[in-house]
Amino acid sequence: MIIKTDKTIPASEITDPLVFQQRRKIIKALLASALLPAGIVPVSANTELQPRWPEPTDSTDSGGLGPTTPAELVKNYTNYYEFSFNKEDSTELAQRLPTANWTIEIGGEVEKPGHYQLEDILSRQTLREYVYRFRCVEAWSMVVPWVGFPLAELIKWVKPLSGAKFVKFTSVYDPGSMPKQRIDAMLNWPYVEALRIDEAVHPLTILAAGMYGDVLPKQNGAALRLVVPWKYGFKSIKAIVKIELLQRAPMTTWHEFAPSEYGFYANVNPSVPHPRWSQFSERQLGSGFFTPRRQTELYNGYGEQVASLYSDMDLRHFY
Amino acid sequence: MWLRINNAWIAISIGCLLPLFGLLLDIATDNLGSNPIQAIHIRLGDWSLRFLCLTLAITPIQTMTKWRGMADYRQMLGLYAFFYATLHVLGYLFVDHAGEWGVIGIDIIESSYIWFGVIAYVIVLSLAITSPKSAKKRLGKNWKKLHRLIYYAAGAAVIHYFWQLKGNLFQPLFYLTIVVFLLGFRILVWLKNRQLAKLMLPKGRPISLEEND
Repeated sequence: MIIKTDKTIPASEITDPLVFQQRRKIIKALLASALLPAGIVPVSANTELQPRWPEPTDSTDSGGLGPTTPAELVKNYTNYYEFSFNKEDSTELAQRLPTANWTIEIGGEVEKPGHYQLEDILSRQTLREYVYRFRCVEAWSMVVPWVGFPLAELIKWVKPLSGAKFVKFTSVYDPGSMPKQRIDAMLNWPYVEALRIDEAVHPLTILAAGMYGDVLPKQNGAALRLVVPWKYGFKSIKAIVKIELLQRAPMTTWHEFAPSEYGFYANVNPSVPHPRWSQFSERQLGSGFFTPRRQTELYNGYGEQVASLYSDMDLRHFY
Repeated sequence: MWLRINNAWIAISIGCLLPLFGLLLDIATDNLGSNPIQAIHIRLGDWSLRFLCLTLAITPIQTMTKWRGMADYRQMLGLYAFFYATLHVLGYLFVDHAGEWGVIGIDIIESSYIWFGVIAYVIVLSLAITSPKSAKKRLGKNWKKLHRLIYYAAGAAVIHYFWQLKGNLFQPLFYLTIVVFLLGFRILVWLKNRQLAKLMLPKGRPISLEEND
C-alpha cells in the first residue's frame, strides 16, 4: 500500500528530529559567533537571543545584487536530476533523502584523510551568510543568501599535500531514495564535480549548509553543497559525501554527458554561448511579466575577484 | 471548405480554447511555479505542437476508420495550432523579452534551437494565411503542395523542442514518434497509390485516399 505523504510536512519532520535539532543548534550557535567579514553581508546580530536562525537578509538591496529571491521560489525550482527531470517534482521527491548523520569522506592528497561527521566539520567553522547571484546554464538566475563557510577553511584543515591540483566532489549515491539513480537514467551516477585547487580555495567558494537563515532544504542540496558563484549552477554540486584532492583533473558528470556543451570550467560568460542557446541574458526568478531579462555579466558579476584566475586563458576554448 | 457553423463546431472550438482558459486561470491564481514566464512559454508551445499533431492525425484516422466527418475540422485544428504558436511567439517577444529588440536579436542569432522554431512558425503562418477558401482557389494545385509543408513545420517544432533541453529527451521523443508515425502513414499511402497506379496503367487514374484536400 502506498501512503501519500502530505506535501506540507516540513523537511525537519522527515529528518530524524533529534539530529535535525542538534545540527540546527550547532549551526545557530556558530552563526551567533560569526564575525562580520568585509564584503560579505553580515547575519543579524543577537542570534543567541532569538529562538530562530537570524532573519534572512531583507529583500532590499543586498550588496548590489538587488533584492534576494523569495525563498519559496528558490525552494521550488531546483534541478536535481537524481530525483526528477522536472524542477517542481524534485522538491517533493527530495524529501525522501535521509540527511541525518551526514558523513563526508575526505581523501586523496591530504595529510588528514578520513570520514568526518558533518556536525564536526560545521562545529570547527564560522558560519556566515553569503548573498550570491546563482546563474543556471539554462539562462535563469536568482539571488540566494546561503549560510556556509569557505571551502578553503576545510581544505586548510585537512592539510593538502603539494601534489593537490584539483578538488573532486561526489554527491550521494542512494538509489533507494533517488528514482533516477535507481533506473540509471541519463547521467552517470553519482554526480561528480571538480574545481582547480586555486578555484577551490578562492574566498568566494563556499560550502553551504543553510540558506535564508535556516538549514538547507533537501531539494536545495542538504546536507552540504558547494556554491561557486561565478560558475554555472551545475558546478555547485549538492549533497556532497566525498571530497578528494587530486593531482589530475577528474571527469565531471555534465562534461562527460555532453563534452561540447558543458565544459570543465563553466564560468558564466555572456559572450560564449552554449552550442544550442545564447547566454547573453537571463530570466531572474521573481521578476514580473513584461520585465526585460537581465543582461548576464562575465563571471556572473564576480570578475573583479576571479578574473585573475583565468588571465592567460582563452575563455572560448576553456568554456 | 470554410468553417461550417453547427453545434459540433462550437463544441470543438470551445474545446480548443480550453488550454488557453486553463493557462489564464493559472496566471490569475499564480499557479505557474517559480518561473511563470517560462511555464507560460512552454505551455503555449506544447499546445501548438499538440494541435499540429492532431491536425496531421485527421487524414490517417479518416483513412483507417472511413469516418469522413472529421475532415471538416482539420482546417480549424490547424488554425488553432497557428493560434497557440502565435501566442508562443508573442510571449517570447513581449512577455519574456519585453520587446528589447537588441537582446532578442542576439538571442535568436546565438540560439540554434530558435532557428527551428522560426522555420516552424513561418510555415504555420503561411499556411494560416492561405487557409481561406479564396486563397485555396487562387493557388490551385500549388495549395496542396504548400500545405504539405505542415510536416516540415511539425518536424522543425519537435527539433525546436528538444534542441533547447539540457538533456532529457523523453517528451520531445514522444512527439517525434507521433510525427514520424503520421508521416510514415502518408508515405505508405503514397506507395500504395503508386503501386495501384502502375497496375492500372494505362486504364485509370491513381486512387487517392485523400479526398478532401
